Amino acid sequence: MTDHKRILIVGGGHNGLVCAAYLARAGREVLVLEAAERLGGAAITRSFAPGFSVSACAHLSYLLDAQIHRELKLATHGLKWAHSNLRTVALAAEGEPLVLNGAQVEGGKLGHDDADALVAYRRRMLRFAQVLGRQHNRRPPRIAGGGREEVIGAAKLGFDIRRLGRDSMREFLRIAGINIYDVLEELFESPQLKGALALDAVLGTNLAPRSNNSVLALLHRLSGEAMDAPGGLALPAGGMGAISDALAHAARASGATLRTGAAVKRITLDGDHVSGVELENGEQIAAGVVVSNADPARTLLQLVGARHFETGFVHRVRHFRAKGMAAKLHLALSGLPTFKGLQASLAGERLLVAPDAAYIERAFDRAKYGQCSPEPALEITIPSVHDASLAPQGKHVLSAIVLYAPFDPRASGDVARSELMENCLQVLERHAPGLRQQVVASELLLPADIEQEFRISGGHWHHGELALDQLLMLRPVPGAAQYAMPLDGLYLCGAGCHPGGGVMGSAGRNAAQAVLKSERAA
Amino acid sequence: MKPEMLVKEHYRTAVYQTPFHPRTSQLNVLNEWHRWKDYTIADAYFDEALEYAAIRNACAVFDLTPMTKHRITGPDALAFLNRLITRDIAKIKPGRVGYCVWCDDGGKVIDDGTVFHMRPGDYRLCSQERQLDWLTRSAYGFDVSIVEDTHDVCGVALQGPTSCAVLKGIGCSGVEKLSPFAIGWYPFAGGELMVSRTGYTGDLGYELWIDPERAVALWDALFCVGAAHGIRPMGTHALEVSRIEAGFIQAQVDFMPADQAIHQDRARSPFELDLGRLVDFSKPNFNGRRALLEEQKRGSRYRLVRLDIEGNKPARSAYIYDRKRTVVGTVTSAEWSPSAKANIALASLQMPWGLPDDELWAEIYYQRELKWSKVMARCRVVPGAFYDPPRRRATPAADF
Amino acid sequence: MGAANYDAIVVGAGHNGLTNAAYLARAGLKVLVLERNPWIGGAAVSREIEKGWIYSNCSYVCSLLRPEIFRDLELARHGLQIVPYGGGVSITSTGDILGNYTDHDVQRREFARHSPRDGDSYQRYSTDVMRQCKFIRPLLLRTPPDPTSLKPRDIREMLFLSKEFRKLGERVIYDTIRFYTMSIADFMNEYFESDLIKAHLSGSGIIGTALGVYSPGTAYVLLHHYMGDVDGSIGSWGFARGGMGSVSKALAAAFTAHGGEIVTDAPVDRVIVRHGKVSGVALTNGNEYHAKIVVSNLDPKRTFTKLFSEKDIGASFMKRARNFKIRGSSGKLNIALDGLPVFTALGENNPLRFGDMHFLDSLEKMEHAYDDWKSGTWSKEPYLDLLMPSMTDPTMTPTGKHWMSVFVQYVPAQIHGRDWTDADREAFKNTVLDQIARYSPNFKSLIRHVEVRTPREIENEVGLTEGNIFQGELTMDQLMFNRPFPGFAQYRGPVGGFYMCGSGTHPGGGVMAAPGANAAREILMDLRRPNPVPEGWRDD
Repeated sequence: MTDHKRILIVGGGHNGLVCAAYLARAGREVLVLEAAERLGGAAITRSFAPGFSVSACAHLSYLLDAQIHRELKLATHGLKWAHSNLRTVALAAEGEPLVLNGAQVEGGKLGHDDADALVAYRRRMLRFAQVLGRQHNRRPPRIAGGGREEVIGAAKLGFDIRRLGRDSMREFLRIAGINIYDVLEELFESPQLKGALALDAVLGTNLAPRSNNSVLALLHRLSGEAMDAPGGLALPAGGMGAISDALAHAARASGATLRTGAAVKRITLDGDHVSGVELENGEQIAAGVVVSNADPARTLLQLVGARHFETGFVHRVRHFRAKGMAAKLHLALSGLPTFKGLQASLAGERLLVAPDAAYIERAFDRAKYGQCSPEPALEITIPSVHDASLAPQGKHVLSAIVLYAPFDPRASGDVARSELMENCLQVLERHAPGLRQQVVASELLLPADIEQEFRISGGHWHHGELALDQLLMLRPVPGAAQYAMPLDGLYLCGAGCHPGGGVMGSAGRNAAQAVLKSERAA
Repeated sequence: MKPEMLVKEHYRTAVYQTPFHPRTSQLNVLNEWHRWKDYTIADAYFDEALEYAAIRNACAVFDLTPMTKHRITGPDALAFLNRLITRDIAKIKPGRVGYCVWCDDGGKVIDDGTVFHMRPGDYRLCSQERQLDWLTRSAYGFDVSIVEDTHDVCGVALQGPTSCAVLKGIGCSGVEKLSPFAIGWYPFAGGELMVSRTGYTGDLGYELWIDPERAVALWDALFCVGAAHGIRPMGTHALEVSRIEAGFIQAQVDFMPADQAIHQDRARSPFELDLGRLVDFSKPNFNGRRALLEEQKRGSRYRLVRLDIEGNKPARSAYIYDRKRTVVGTVTSAEWSPSAKANIALASLQMPWGLPDDELWAEIYYQRELKWSKVMARCRVVPGAFYDPPRRRATPAADF
Repeated sequence: MGAANYDAIVVGAGHNGLTNAAYLARAGLKVLVLERNPWIGGAAVSREIEKGWIYSNCSYVCSLLRPEIFRDLELARHGLQIVPYGGGVSITSTGDILGNYTDHDVQRREFARHSPRDGDSYQRYSTDVMRQCKFIRPLLLRTPPDPTSLKPRDIREMLFLSKEFRKLGERVIYDTIRFYTMSIADFMNEYFESDLIKAHLSGSGIIGTALGVYSPGTAYVLLHHYMGDVDGSIGSWGFARGGMGSVSKALAAAFTAHGGEIVTDAPVDRVIVRHGKVSGVALTNGNEYHAKIVVSNLDPKRTFTKLFSEKDIGASFMKRARNFKIRGSSGKLNIALDGLPVFTALGENNPLRFGDMHFLDSLEKMEHAYDDWKSGTWSKEPYLDLLMPSMTDPTMTPTGKHWMSVFVQYVPAQIHGRDWTDADREAFKNTVLDQIARYSPNFKSLIRHVEVRTPREIENEVGLTEGNIFQGELTMDQLMFNRPFPGFAQYRGPVGGFYMCGSGTHPGGGVMAAPGANAAREILMDLRRPNPVPEGWRDD
């Protein structure tokens, strides 16, 4: 019953589409199965109120891989930026907002040496981020065991660290494992600046500024910029769904078949080899290779089933930390809100509510016990400033990432949702008086809602925490970090693999190469 | 757990007595005991050599209550066990027992033990080491219930040529029809006695399983009827001689349980313990399958061999040499075999040594009147058990 | 103004300074140890604060002291005796307990009372932690290699490390990387289901550390407390008979037996630097002592910010020293008691009282204690490590009387950004005494004297910056080749002839004596003298 020629891709998220495009380009028969009615996974644009559309999960592009952008000709396939190289504004409830444009900083309250320190900090962090960035399109090596290829892979990684030069290498080895709070304390005075910089290190993670691993999470975020991500920090025209649309277009153009509304119920096996999938509607589709864009736990424990793997492996997969702590807020606004002290021309930039690092830390301290942050930290975009397709004329869409919201709130989901919504509105009102009256419609997605809508176990953007113990050859788990799972014919291609989340595409590309390589080996 | 183990003050009793203790303590005239997990068990009762002789000539009783036992039930019990264990558990029909090993993901043996398929879908796993952690970890994704019931079930081994006759005498009618590894149930003292034709001596013998309230009654019945059949109690020393004669291995002695090995290379695979027959690659995924397939392809690192060693000095802890030059392994268990009149040992050798034609030598140190001496003794690799009487398998079992 | 010449001067008579001095003296050097206090020992002291009661008023238990050094310096001959103690228990707010028992089966039953499965999981947990102990122990008496260096010795040591690492096998290598980076809570979650068991075992992950149980990096701290041993029983702890001062006393005796000289009441004001090299030290009273080698037993921050001027070591190095993470996170109460307190949950005569006692329920409660610290105050429900050494050691109190050592986690160096006041200290004391009294009704009535030590008192008396017991946080940025500073982890300072030998250097604090010994090895190597410092015993 196994159809050895066909390759199935479970999930049409951006990594699934990238994987499909590369496999189709290599001449393989590829069928993508997407459960939702629309392709894109967590990179989609959808309506949330009549006339208002929003990038429903990821809302900014900053990690898109330049090589993939080029190889798949995404520009040709329709990807355009509504606004690129966004500036970052640290909003201030009192005083002046601070505007960051790359290493340039204006306004706000700065310490004497902060502006200079920022230049040095950015230069150094981007160099470190480049070390990670260079690994994006490589398969992580195994540390021991395996053959020549692994040794070469490890040597390349070592070389990338080594060529930082002696002082930078020392600094890299010093800070890679620690937290952003300590690093910023060493360098800067301004709480406002430190708050803004700290937020970048914890967005979308289960970390606060003082949590170790937050430097690493920051380097991951910066690795896009370090590798010259197309558009820099950018808003795609038509929302994040436009990236998925372009990828889908590229995949189709190469000959891949993309099916939506096709929810996979389980991955079927013939002995110890995958044989295809069974859809929710009972339809069986045979294939010799199944590549899953779903998260590791969903793929391995639900779609395949724990019993088809070994105990130790299952134990590791079960303890892959993948509980999201970020909520997503969508507001339909009757007009453009006015932020205190901010020129209207900057309202379309990336706006942060993170007045200082301790503020973020306090927000986190409640969430780790299952409560919503009373005063959440926010990353806000108002994409409709640059993109008329998202809201009716004169009206606007506000999209914000909200830190922090627990995956399993002590209170019920409904209570937590309305509580956090109110907390968000209070915080927003403080920075943009009158905003509350402008709200026409609203939506708040807790991590559990994100799990539901985007089928990501735990509702974690990155499919799993970005931490030293879940990175590179340890991601998602040791023994399965090279895309091939310990089940013949099964591969993972999602953010749960190296190099992790963000709309990057590298996991999809690397997985496609792993599939092709094992074909050659067979 | 027994209720008294669950109170704060449980520490006041570090070591418990088995329900047979009222009888075993009377019989243990040497007062020699050792610790086996939560209990005291006799090393020897009156004379090791005579206790051993009873195993091979009449019958002897061993208290194996401390043996770790897990009850495994539920709709997925079979699927669970088949993923856990390397052999095909589906082939163990209700009323049968199977010897088996289970491995970690790396294909290294965690423990060996016996699976009792009692009633359809109702299994008991007996093992040397405690396994609740591993079993529970392994149960994820299976609809299965796992309960450790070590303290709720007592066991004795009744081993030796007259064991069947004794069982018949206490009312187990038809017990002689049980083939090796079969289970029978018999009414006893208002309850039920489970009898399996299993053992650790390589002789005709049975293991009897009973609830703790009837333990003393069972012991009394055995010794009452057994008096006419030469029954004796036996301690671990006598059992040890007979299990080595039978060529059986023991966890912590002949192999290091993989999950307790600090150094990964100290663990052994089933192939390296001469238990390749217990690995069934015809069934799909089970713990260790991928690693064991790989090992089969690349070759094992070690080989467990049974050695017949010249002379009469037991080769305990001896190094094994290739042509008296290179150390190629060590002895894990060694005894003088009274039945085979041979100097026998189990040894773990590096590959490729251990083939019948290899020139192997054991370096044996022994002491006489406080004087230590060393001999190099020639070893011969023996294919199977050192002592293997036909009565062990004969069905129906004979009376003596 | 007097001046005297020595081969080497050690600043600070803590246990590492004395160890270092002893090895240098044994190698034939003329060595002087200068101590600010009228007594020696640094944080390893026995002090009679209340008449008749001897407190180990800083460090209070012993496990990490390297037996190689103990034997090599003949500390037994110099009077040191380490006595193991059993027991230890966590008591919950509902009156349940989780005890430590040395017997394997009893311990398993104790765990199984709370979760049958966890009873068996403990075996796996112990094996996995032991694997990490066995990996790290041989590294304690070795100088960490500089991974950026291409010197033959560094490359050789890196190769040694990578060989040891590879020997672990692929699976354990991954476990090791994870172990060094994850939080103690996540680590426990991989083994246990009972929250009490997780919390009980996690205490070792936070002691002396400005991190919470949920903070990544705390699993390593647990290892730091497990990697010692008492007579081969790895992870066991013992008392130094007569208090921790006995360790210092024995080391000092070993030092003076080799001709060493100790001057107390001699606070060093600065290290004298001439032409980029040290030439001696100047005391606050103006006295100078000259030597081509100066070794600091002080913590790295204090060493460089107090003993050097920026022009000697450069602005960037000074900045590093200021940024060295040495956070006050703990305090201590030493309590003289007129009798033995009864703990309701234990009843009388319970052997668990011989060991460390804690009052805890869950990881979450422990994490809350950390939140208080982060917000700038001592924990309202602190994690206590409470011991009554006088139950084991008859030399410390009048017969029938007792002293209680209460280590308190978390206590910040400052209260909401300002210095501690005496009123704060009183309130802090009451927080701790009240917690104990909730579990022991007769406790307060037995109190005769309480010595309260917040980071302020520890810093003022012992000299540890912020009262940090390890002379610096045990986080990834300050371990191994990063301790105390990247590029300066081989005990040499930024100025010729200057060395560091305190717990701020590899392998860190805990009364190990390893930093002192390792520093001596480097000094003697630079002097091209034979190396008398033992390497760690191979641990198979």
